[in-house]
Amino acid sequence: MARKDFKIISNWVKPNSKVLDLGCGDGNLLQILSKERNITGYGVDISIDKIIKSLDNNINVVHTDINKKLDYFKDKSFDYVILAQSLQVVDNPVNLINEMLRIGNEVIISFPNMGYWKSRLYLFLKGKMPITSELPFSWHSTPNIHLCTIKDFKEMCDLNQFVIVDEVISSNNDEKGSIRLLSNLFGESAIFKIK
Amino acid sequence: MNIVTEQKLHVTKPLNLKSGNVLKAYELAYETYGQLNAKKDNAVLICHALSGNHHVAGYHEGADKPGWWDNMIGSGKPINTDKLFVVCMNNLGGCHGTTGPVSINKDTGKEYGFDFPIVTVEDWVRTQKVLMDALNISKWQFIIGGSLGGMQAFQWTLDYPACVSNSIIIAAAPKLTAQNIAFNEVARQAIMGDPDWCNGNYLKNEKVPKRGLALARMLGHITYLSDKSMAKKFGRDLKEEKFNFNFDVEFQIESYLRYQGEKFVDSFDANTYLLMTKALDYYDPFNEVDFDKKITISNSKYLLLSFTSDWRFPPSRSEDIVKTLINYNKNVSYACINSDGGHDAFLMKNDNYFEVMRNFIENNIDG
Repeated sequence: MARKDFKIISNWVKPNSKVLDLGCGDGNLLQILSKERNITGYGVDISIDKIIKSLDNNINVVHTDINKKLDYFKDKSFDYVILAQSLQVVDNPVNLINEMLRIGNEVIISFPNMGYWKSRLYLFLKGKMPITSELPFSWHSTPNIHLCTIKDFKEMCDLNQFVIVDEVISSNNDEKGSIRLLSNLFGESAIFKIK
Repeated sequence: MNIVTEQKLHVTKPLNLKSGNVLKAYELAYETYGQLNAKKDNAVLICHALSGNHHVAGYHEGADKPGWWDNMIGSGKPINTDKLFVVCMNNLGGCHGTTGPVSINKDTGKEYGFDFPIVTVEDWVRTQKVLMDALNISKWQFIIGGSLGGMQAFQWTLDYPACVSNSIIIAAAPKLTAQNIAFNEVARQAIMGDPDWCNGNYLKNEKVPKRGLALARMLGHITYLSDKSMAKKFGRDLKEEKFNFNFDVEFQIESYLRYQGEKFVDSFDANTYLLMTKALDYYDPFNEVDFDKKITISNSKYLLLSFTSDWRFPPSRSEDIVKTLINYNKNVSYACINSDGGHDAFLMKNDNYFEVMRNFIENNIDG
């Protein structure tokens, strides 16, 4: 089952382009992109288990930590550098995005929106950090150290002169109508393309 | 139990070595495992490291120990001989069957000894290609090597790009550092400083530079292990219960190293050791004039592996190769395996290491 953000990313990626997928996991996004868009490229992951799975999926994969300088990759050597659902785990999101912009012509980032009404309601009613099916960790033992809302993300982009060229806010189907007006409230996850 | 026997190829076509010397005729000793299929597209070349040889897997008749990489190669193992035809050759200048310093020079009727010409990684690749042609193989599905063997697996993709589908380079480096060369030089000095080395002509003098070769091996062995693995295996354990306050063997590590040195002397030639270390020192493909042209042509897929505790060729050295390959848009994957085994980790069983090997090989068996 392809993840919802993978479908949108695949729509954005031009055929035959060169893609770098940071935090590539099992390599599923690159598999989809090579099938649907005939891309070439590499995945990067810090976990040896993910490297083993990516190799099983026949993906080119490099075992390294995306929090460190990505000097494997030269300036502007990729059409797209993608960070799918991993922004929240990186040490320094701004540094990483700068590094992604150095390597790629375009940067695609997807992340879960902490401004989603269910998260707000969870915190409001329970008075505790939200635990959801997508983010199933307790606050004290979570890899997700930099969760943000759509509004937070846009503010960070403004502050750092990251130019947003495209965005898709996805939600569950019942809330499609509301999403245009109140995306930070009704968007479950967000995908941005920046330059 | 798989019984294997050594095979030999006699080559009469002269070989022009990188050094400018010519070897008029020579013999290549090799072993094979598994069956070459009808399409001849399941052949694998294993390249051995400094002290290795062609007996890489299975058992020799009557032997109680298998080949040096038997945990990796065999039926159902990551390099699966149910599907693959595996070839391993003793490198030129070796001392286990292929022509080297202990072989008879037909021109003189005596052993080559120290007169055996210097050989390089490129020369080895050339002779491996001679064997490949003799076996009627046109493409290796995989070329696999650790350490110095990894350098050969890499060089193949530069020198014979049409003959390699996949190159697996384990615990290797694109060239030696000053520290690496320094260790090699101390090893060489240990051998050449032994009076029994007799200026390289110990065979004629019916002597063996045992002390020097053992010392070289002891030094090498330290660099193949990690501080942690030595601490775990030996710590400060004593042979006897107490200090004897003399210079006999007291600590277990001393005993172990002396044993390794003595064992090595029985199975290895000192002049071969000198040659192998020189081949390592000279290797530097990135700085060859035609590197850019050669790497651009290479169509091989690459897998690189390193081990966290390897300080002889640490992960950063493998990463230098990965960086270069990415820069040239090659299909390359890289895994750094968590291990206390030091440089020798590439010879040891390790779940993650073996899974990486198995998955890469399984997915690339058919082109």
